Amino acid sequence: MDTPIKNEKITLSEASLGVIDSGKKANTVSKKTLRRPFRQIRTEKFFKQTLVLMGLIMVILVFGILLTLIVESIPSIRALGLKYLWGKTWDPVQDIYGAFPFLLGTLLTSFLALIISVPFSIAVAIFLGEYFPKGWLSDFLKNTVELIAAVPSVIYGFWGLAVMVPIVRSFETKIGVDPIGVGIFTSSVILAIMIIPYAASLGRSVIQMVPSSLKEGAYALGATRWEVIRDVIIPYTKSGLFAGILLSLGRALGETMAVTMVIGNTSQLPKSIFAPGNTMASVIANEFTEADKAVYLSALIELGLVLFLVTTVINMIGKKVISRFTNE
Amino acid sequence: MMMKTGIKFRINKSGGIQVITIILAFACVIPLIAILAYIIQAGITKINWNFLTNIPKPVGETGGGIVNALVGSVIIILVASVIAIPIGILTGVYLSENRKSTLAYWCRLCIDVLQGVPSIVVGIVAYFWLVKPLGGFSALSGSVALAIMMLPIVVRSTEETLKLLPDSLKEAAFALGMPFHRVILKVIIPCGISGILSGAILSVARIAGETAPLLFTAFGNPYLTTNITKPMHSLPLLIFNYATSPYNDWHDLAWGASVILLVFVLLLNILTKQITKKWKVQL
Repeated sequence: MDTPIKNEKITLSEASLGVIDSGKKANTVSKKTLRRPFRQIRTEKFFKQTLVLMGLIMVILVFGILLTLIVESIPSIRALGLKYLWGKTWDPVQDIYGAFPFLLGTLLTSFLALIISVPFSIAVAIFLGEYFPKGWLSDFLKNTVELIAAVPSVIYGFWGLAVMVPIVRSFETKIGVDPIGVGIFTSSVILAIMIIPYAASLGRSVIQMVPSSLKEGAYALGATRWEVIRDVIIPYTKSGLFAGILLSLGRALGETMAVTMVIGNTSQLPKSIFAPGNTMASVIANEFTEADKAVYLSALIELGLVLFLVTTVINMIGKKVISRFTNE
Repeated sequence: MMMKTGIKFRINKSGGIQVITIILAFACVIPLIAILAYIIQAGITKINWNFLTNIPKPVGETGGGIVNALVGSVIIILVASVIAIPIGILTGVYLSENRKSTLAYWCRLCIDVLQGVPSIVVGIVAYFWLVKPLGGFSALSGSVALAIMMLPIVVRSTEETLKLLPDSLKEAAFALGMPFHRVILKVIIPCGISGILSGAILSVARIAGETAPLLFTAFGNPYLTTNITKPMHSLPLLIFNYATSPYNDWHDLAWGASVILLVFVLLLNILTKQITKKWKVQL
């Protein structure tokens, strides 16, 4: 009784889908093939929902990270308040937590690294973007600089311990400061090497985007190559170069392993750039598993929160500047 | 007035600065070569059959190997890839299919944020999401931390690759009556597979050397284990632990492990380069 009606329904819907024309034979075949459109529509819907879900997961992930950091650092925010950030002593045994030595250590290493690396990365950018955009030599340079970013940071740290520390130590004896070897200066040098590729590759791409009519105009007015770079290319690309430097800075602030291995790890306020110190990331790496008190652990997480917020803001500014540059 | 004294000076200055730029640019190559040379020279002699098949010996005994870290690294990276690559590809598809929606805007923003998150912060978060609820350090939590770090790279490369595919491809498939999911899975993804693949390989190369997220998650283990709910060693962790130890035997192990890790990471990077070059993908 039921089947003919069902069959009719099937033919109807099939006709409307335009899959099969008519006939008894076609009808029997259709019974199987027919469920396909419906199933496919369902699968299609399911697939689309999965895609949306994936997009949602990313958003949830990032907000989850932020939320976890905030929730877990609440005990320390409550117990220590704002003075936590400029307290100068860090002594977990006596329950004194002041993060200023680490903030200062992070800022010193990052900015020192930036100062050392910027001339090199800008030179690479100008070399690849303007002087020699093509050819095997620039291919070689481009690939090598990109490989600098590929080397794991723990290997930089190990190499720094074995090679850089003795070099810095003998340098320190020469200029007459305590020859410790490890310290802020050593980690800045290692960091400087590590962050060269970020500013260099972005700088190269923005320099290549300078319209040739501008450069040709300057050459036609009798400018030398350097004058074209100084008066046309640099002014045109300055926001892009700035963004590249910001991205490098973001990297330097968050870098953990290489710094942890060569900075010396003391919680005292660094007296000079040759003194050992600690950065926010390195203190977390060193003390997280040792933190036995709730406030201690929470204070470390608060450092992580600060690190997260600072790197995020710096990266966002950098990204914004780049997107404005490329849209112009 | 300026012009008279100027012209020769200006040309010389331009040439001089060009030379300085070239010197500075090529100075960047020196550290990389120095690192490669030093590590290979220090570590290559340490690698032998024993090194690859034994677990580390206690302090004082010579010999011993790093098989626990090798196996651990492979397992942790595999699990991380299994988690991150499918999610990353699907998110990339979502972003390239919905370029203007609000969720896509937020999703892109979050991926930008995720790309810049310091690795140590990912470690902290993985600790609270997995280690604490599960009651102990585990390789799985390390894999999740690494997967979080892989996601942005996979998503970005998928999105960028799919954006470059011509719309006509998709339209032709739709015109043949293919449903959306088949268009994506059978037409769009196969067409962009080279870019997606190189993104996936690149993401593995990025996380293979990550140590910071594993410090509080996989934690390390001096014995060989394949149980992902237990603490597990990995190459970067082993390098960090042994390099900062005061024992020469352990330094030797760390040098050998560094060579293996370095060669692995550089090979993956070169492989990505070759793929992108061969199929002319842009990442």
